[in-house]
Amino acid sequence: MNFNELTAHEILDLLKSKKVTATEIYSSVSRAIEKRDPKIKGYVRTKTAFDESEYSGTTLQGIPISIKDNICIKDTPVTCSSHILEGFKPPYDATVIQRLRQAGASIIGQTNMDEFAFGSSTENSYYGPTKNPWDLSCVPGGSSGGSAAVVGGNEAIWSLGSDTGGSIRQPASFCGVVGMKPTYGLVSRFGLIAFASSLDQIGPITKDVRDNALLLSIIAGHDENDSTSANISIPDYTQAFTKDIEGLKIAVPKEYFIKGMEKDVESAIREARETLKKLGATFKEVSLPHTEYAVATYYIVATAEASSNLARFDGVEYGLRAFPEKSRRTPLIDMYEETRDKGFGNEAKRRMMLGTYSLSAGYYDAYYLRGQKVRTLIKNDFDKVFNEFDAVISPTAPTTAFKIGEKASDPLSMYLSDIYTISANLAGIPALSLPCGFSKNNLPVGLQIMSKPFNEEMIYRIAYRYEQSTDWHKRKVSL
Amino acid sequence: MLTNDQVRHIAHLSRINLTDEEVARLTKDLENILHYIAKLEKLDVTHVEPTSHVLPLRNVYREDIVKPSLSQSNVMKLAKTTHNGSFKVPQVIE
Amino acid sequence: MKTFETVIGLEVHLQLKTKTKIFCGCANTFGNEPNTQTCPVCLGLPGSLPVLNKMALYNTIKAAMALNCQVNPLIKFDRKNYYYPDLPKGYQISQNSLPIASDGHIFIGNQKNPNRIGIKRTHLEEDAGKLIHDPQTNCTLVDYNRTGTPLIEIVSDPGLHSPEEAHDYLTTLKLILQYLDISDCDMEKGSLRCDANVSLREKGQTPLGTKVEIKNLNSFKAVKSALEFEQERQQAMLESGERITQETRLWNDEKGITSSMRSKEEAHDYRYFPEPDLVPFVVEQTMIEEIRGSLPELPHQKLGRFRKDYALSDYDAQILIQDKSVANFFEECTKIYPHTKKICNWIIGPLLQELNTRKVEIKNLSLTPKNLTLLIASVEKGVISNLAAKDIFPAMIDTGQSADEIISKKGLAQISDESALIKIIDDVLKENPSVVEQIKQGKESAMGFLVGQSMKKSQGKANPKILGDIIKRRLANG
Repeated sequence: MNFNELTAHEILDLLKSKKVTATEIYSSVSRAIEKRDPKIKGYVRTKTAFDESEYSGTTLQGIPISIKDNICIKDTPVTCSSHILEGFKPPYDATVIQRLRQAGASIIGQTNMDEFAFGSSTENSYYGPTKNPWDLSCVPGGSSGGSAAVVGGNEAIWSLGSDTGGSIRQPASFCGVVGMKPTYGLVSRFGLIAFASSLDQIGPITKDVRDNALLLSIIAGHDENDSTSANISIPDYTQAFTKDIEGLKIAVPKEYFIKGMEKDVESAIREARETLKKLGATFKEVSLPHTEYAVATYYIVATAEASSNLARFDGVEYGLRAFPEKSRRTPLIDMYEETRDKGFGNEAKRRMMLGTYSLSAGYYDAYYLRGQKVRTLIKNDFDKVFNEFDAVISPTAPTTAFKIGEKASDPLSMYLSDIYTISANLAGIPALSLPCGFSKNNLPVGLQIMSKPFNEEMIYRIAYRYEQSTDWHKRKVSL
Repeated sequence: MLTNDQVRHIAHLSRINLTDEEVARLTKDLENILHYIAKLEKLDVTHVEPTSHVLPLRNVYREDIVKPSLSQSNVMKLAKTTHNGSFKVPQVIE
Repeated sequence: MKTFETVIGLEVHLQLKTKTKIFCGCANTFGNEPNTQTCPVCLGLPGSLPVLNKMALYNTIKAAMALNCQVNPLIKFDRKNYYYPDLPKGYQISQNSLPIASDGHIFIGNQKNPNRIGIKRTHLEEDAGKLIHDPQTNCTLVDYNRTGTPLIEIVSDPGLHSPEEAHDYLTTLKLILQYLDISDCDMEKGSLRCDANVSLREKGQTPLGTKVEIKNLNSFKAVKSALEFEQERQQAMLESGERITQETRLWNDEKGITSSMRSKEEAHDYRYFPEPDLVPFVVEQTMIEEIRGSLPELPHQKLGRFRKDYALSDYDAQILIQDKSVANFFEECTKIYPHTKKICNWIIGPLLQELNTRKVEIKNLSLTPKNLTLLIASVEKGVISNLAAKDIFPAMIDTGQSADEIISKKGLAQISDESALIKIIDDVLKENPSVVEQIKQGKESAMGFLVGQSMKKSQGKANPKILGDIIKRRLANG
């Protein structure tokens, strides 16, 4: 049996009934990585050593997980797929890693990403692009492209990604897997190397909805090390599966069905809507009137925060340090400027410059402050809708996975591919993507389900019912 | 209109050295993006409060209780250039 | 010739002595091996997040209240972005738009002519690390032990008009802050730092002149000297028609001058924006009341009370309140012994002198209020002379023993026994017949000489008053 193709919950059943050992599971995934990753290039680092005895008595019993390369793992290289963090080994575990360890997960590898999470295609990685397991000439999406690709390509059981503007959901959609961006504050950010502090969240990327709920239950919850961590009790999200969706009211925002949306995406979403209708949900068209401003708002607010968060990468304490051949200013400033020039890729430079500009003297009011105000308007749009509706659905992305290199020379066009996912980050609401079809080219289409803050249960409830009445999650790549 | 000089200034504020070619390219890129972002000016935000924190959390703090620090050796492991327990950088000219 | 008015504003930074740093649990202590009090948070490691130390917030609100500031009902933190090796995150978490408090004041000068100096704002922020120049390698060494130490920043209005006033402001401010017991307030150790802003304008004009910032001031004296120098420098420039450059200048204590900073300092664009990793703070009424209730008696309040309750002069009271512990010691003494003036004199005189010589704080002296008051009582009762008391005082401090214990050891009990005194006096009278003759002739002042000689013979142990009486009687008897 190809254990690498199973879900975590299936493996847990096998482990419980002693039909398989933890070592066999780990080896199966290791072999899959060996065979498939040279093609997919989803991993930046892997670990082959595994000692089953370390995990006896734990909940997960050593089931391996793959971690996006921007989550700190103690004494392990963590680089955010950037040259500037070369050699950096954090002396501490992120809180989510601590919780995974407590639950008995083993870490089998770290996955590729757009450098510092700047991107929607994983083409901005210092290590080179990751390929979409469904079509190796296509991108897996980004920035958690590696995490989504390894799960979609069955060279992982499940993974963690991070989402600032869609970086879990969009690659999940492109790779045919389930990705959840939790409510802002549900999962601790302590140990997540920050992109935009008021938008970032860590979330699970899995093969099905049950695994997703299971993983979220493990990592979610208040953390005293994170001042923005919500102080609420975490329910057992799998309980949501017991409830049907009869009578639930789902909103469909008219602004999300734009011209330029791929035909296959449009038809897959329409079909998904019909399926949900058959399951008892009712639909109504609503307006989220500030949708068209979301991308612009995001690219001010997120880049501003990023420009500040990335100021610490300066060659002083850790990571890359470089000097120019000929001195330009003072030795210290030379070191800063050369380190950051050599260490950062183009997209990183672009975003940092944009962020610095929008915060700089004379421009703060016109850009950053205005952006924060429009953010309020976007959030208010959602608050209004959720007063009446249980959830909002939309396509996760306007297209299926595009070709590697297709959007690389047009940053703005790349930014616009986040158009459906960005608003959820700005509003801080939970949002999930799950497969709802395939294009003519056999590329996955993702359906996005959003709900009000801390209402992950509702999302899982709808997602699970939908998933169980379809077969999309059972399709496997052929590699 | 974003000028090359403005871009050079922003690059210095960001402590990133740019070649002339990079300056030209970034000026164009940033101009395009700023042009797109300008659509926000259409909105009337006069009576709108900015959102700095999307969660209504307030008053998060911790008690004044000492926790263990990292050892000096573990801290020094972070850098390649250290000296007697300190990080070493080029001379800071006052 | 134009007359100029000096306008000075002072920025004081105060390190709080909370047990832990402002955003992490590292110990907040001083003088340890480099980089031994750090963690991912204060090192600014990627992925680290700040969590506010409640005590730091409380102490800042306390300070703000003591300075009569309005505490803002909503407080938030901002990022101040700039690059420097002592700033690991590339930004300092500080406060910009919604600081903890604003619009306060303190009074300097004296009670007859109080001078109200406005305080623009009081806010809380984190300290940076320490940079040390290493001459061997010609590099700079960075120690992050100090990053994350909680700092209170107190910014005065530009309402000081002379270097003396500035000095007065600093000493008054320092005393208030010392009373709160939230900081060591020690400029030498760096727990209190001061930058000055000074400009000149023509007398009668309202708009402020060009402001010059002065840094590297390491003592209150330096602040005064630097301001005096700068005042002169600017005056000379303005009189000769030159324009003042807005800049930062460093005070050179050795040379006694300010000089422009060597590197051309561009004006910082700090790009302040709200700190997303910290949520805002709502200052509830209960917290305000709790903190107000915990405010100790402030210097000016103690001064007023001492003058009233103990009938002390302004001069005496001022000296006593300069150190809260000394003032407390004084009060403890008055509870045991009612002669407040005598206690006051002993404290202002010998006690403060001992503290000065020994360079210690009163809490480190093995002298108890009980022992001091017993000593004073002994002098009053005539057991020992005042001179002898001053003599054994250092020994009391050295040993922590009472006066009695030391007296019995040294045998200093004043010789009041008449017979012994009579013998001494008779000897003195015999040895000094001419002086005796002078007194018999009516020269009363010569008595002093005889008393002195008798005191000498008694090795200072005799009670001078009793000596005088006995001498008179012996002389009268012929």
